[in-house]
Amino acid sequence: MNKSDTSSVSHNRSHRFRVIRDQMFFTTFVAAVIVGILGLASLLIDVLIDGLPFIDWPFLSSYASRKPLESGILAPLAGTVWVVAMTALLTIPIGVGTAIYLEEFAAKNRINRMIELNIANLAGVPSVIYGLLGLAVFVQFLFNGSRNVTAGALTMTLLILPIVVIASQEAIKAVPSSYRDAGYAMGANKWQVVKAIVLPQALPGMMSGIILALSRAIGESAPILIISSLVWVTFVPTTPDSKFTVLPLQIFTWVSQPQHEFRGIAAAGIIVLLLVLLSMNAAAIWIRSKYQVRPDQ
Amino acid sequence: MATAVKVGKMQAQLDAVARRRKRQHREQTIVSWTLRAAAAISIFTTVGIVIILVAQSIGFFAEVSVWDFLTGTEWAPLFSPQKFGVLSLVGGTLLVAVIAGVVSLTLGLGAAIFLSEYAPERLRRILKPILEVLAGIPTVVYGYFALTFVTPILQNIFGHDQVIVFNALSAGLVMGLMIMPMVSTLSEDAMVAVPRSLRDAAYALGATRFEVSTKVVIPAALSGIVASFILAVSRAIGETMIVKIAAGATPNLTLNPLESIQAMTAYIVQVSLGETPQGSLEYKTIFAVGLLLFVMTLAMNIVGRWVISRFRQVYE
Repeated sequence: MNKSDTSSVSHNRSHRFRVIRDQMFFTTFVAAVIVGILGLASLLIDVLIDGLPFIDWPFLSSYASRKPLESGILAPLAGTVWVVAMTALLTIPIGVGTAIYLEEFAAKNRINRMIELNIANLAGVPSVIYGLLGLAVFVQFLFNGSRNVTAGALTMTLLILPIVVIASQEAIKAVPSSYRDAGYAMGANKWQVVKAIVLPQALPGMMSGIILALSRAIGESAPILIISSLVWVTFVPTTPDSKFTVLPLQIFTWVSQPQHEFRGIAAAGIIVLLLVLLSMNAAAIWIRSKYQVRPDQ
Repeated sequence: MATAVKVGKMQAQLDAVARRRKRQHREQTIVSWTLRAAAAISIFTTVGIVIILVAQSIGFFAEVSVWDFLTGTEWAPLFSPQKFGVLSLVGGTLLVAVIAGVVSLTLGLGAAIFLSEYAPERLRRILKPILEVLAGIPTVVYGYFALTFVTPILQNIFGHDQVIVFNALSAGLVMGLMIMPMVSTLSEDAMVAVPRSLRDAAYALGATRFEVSTKVVIPAALSGIVASFILAVSRAIGETMIVKIAAGATPNLTLNPLESIQAMTAYIVQVSLGETPQGSLEYKTIFAVGLLLFVMTLAMNIVGRWVISRFRQVYE
């Protein structure tokens, strides 16, 4: 009797302890989420407060200057458009081609498994290493020391290629094999099936993957920093062998200035950069939701 | 007579079909080789990276011994006497990465447990994309945030004489925030994959949600969690802009996070921004440091993926 009494008391106490512990850790877990969201919010608010006063038409339409108040982002904006356009032209055919090869044409042998493993590893290589590759291969070897837009776009292509390949592979994998079988049953060969059935079905998934990869290229600074070095570019690139700068690089240049006034300009540049990225991500989400028809549903 | 005409027509049709087949087959062969060439580019990229890094490093190690490079604690390649002890750069990188790792593991794992075990589906679908926005913000923006927002706060907390403007703590904290969604997303994926029945069994025994999370779900999802952490820290080691902007340019082997340091990536960028002549010893150092960085991140990524595949629990 006595024995069972104490055990029931201790059971109650331990039960209360367990419930309190449960509550405490619930609070901790919620706190983790809240800290993450607060971090994001304070980052955005910090940037908006610092940068908004500097955003006006002259800021968007003039070149960088030694004087903060006269500085603008026309050159890096144009440079970003150049780099992204050229990167897209190079990355889309190569990336989608690689994905089609790996998913549809390649035999499941050791060589092709090695290619897939290699692509996964490339996705984890730090971007600064791609910068070194681009500096040695494109700038010094291919263009004889010219730090031009093409070298930047080629480097960015290699950097985002693994992302595009992996996203395109996922999109191709999502096409049900029964669709392919239907094509083969009609007497189509492999390429005809890919061209007429697999690609149209996989296109929306590929598109959103490609857009996300390109937005990665827009935000990336380290490789471009190494490729183009630090230059005050005060012109819009007109040819693929022009010198150039890009948005994140210009922001970095401004952040590194000792004068505090440049911080506001840097924040204004960040706002423009984030707006560009936001609209690209919105486009990716829109494409995915609009065109992605889930088969068999 | 009529039969002969018919046979001739059929023969012509068959020939046309055969010709078309042949053309289509040729087209497919050409396409197949084109695609193979595209796939080969990824191989060339890897080969290119390795050749460039190794070739330039060989030139460097002809003048500086590998042993001095890997064990020296002083790094001063731009001054004379030159010192090439990469440990002070590695130490700076690891100091920032450890801080980022602690922050991202705490926040990311907490968030993953909340999202997978506590949050109702509706809330989860709102919170997850918000957290993932953190992973899409360019690193130069985080650098700005660390320098202009976090560092002043740290200076107010620890005192301006204690905290140098460029310090490892600020960069590490902000980098932890950046890689948090990597930990939370991958960990949550692993936790969601743990079957409902295991949780129900524990609940039936009277376990609280905390007990179910820590004694059932986390052990079952451990490989995914460990892998997410390894991959996130590897990302932190390779990150450039945050450490370049906020952590300083002073090679410094220290455990004090309030001091200024220089990370490996920041050094590479610093030299390539300067007027270092191509082919000089200073120029070759960035490839030697790059090679070490490449090996470190590659090893961590391979281990991370190995952990996922080796210890993945397959549930029916």
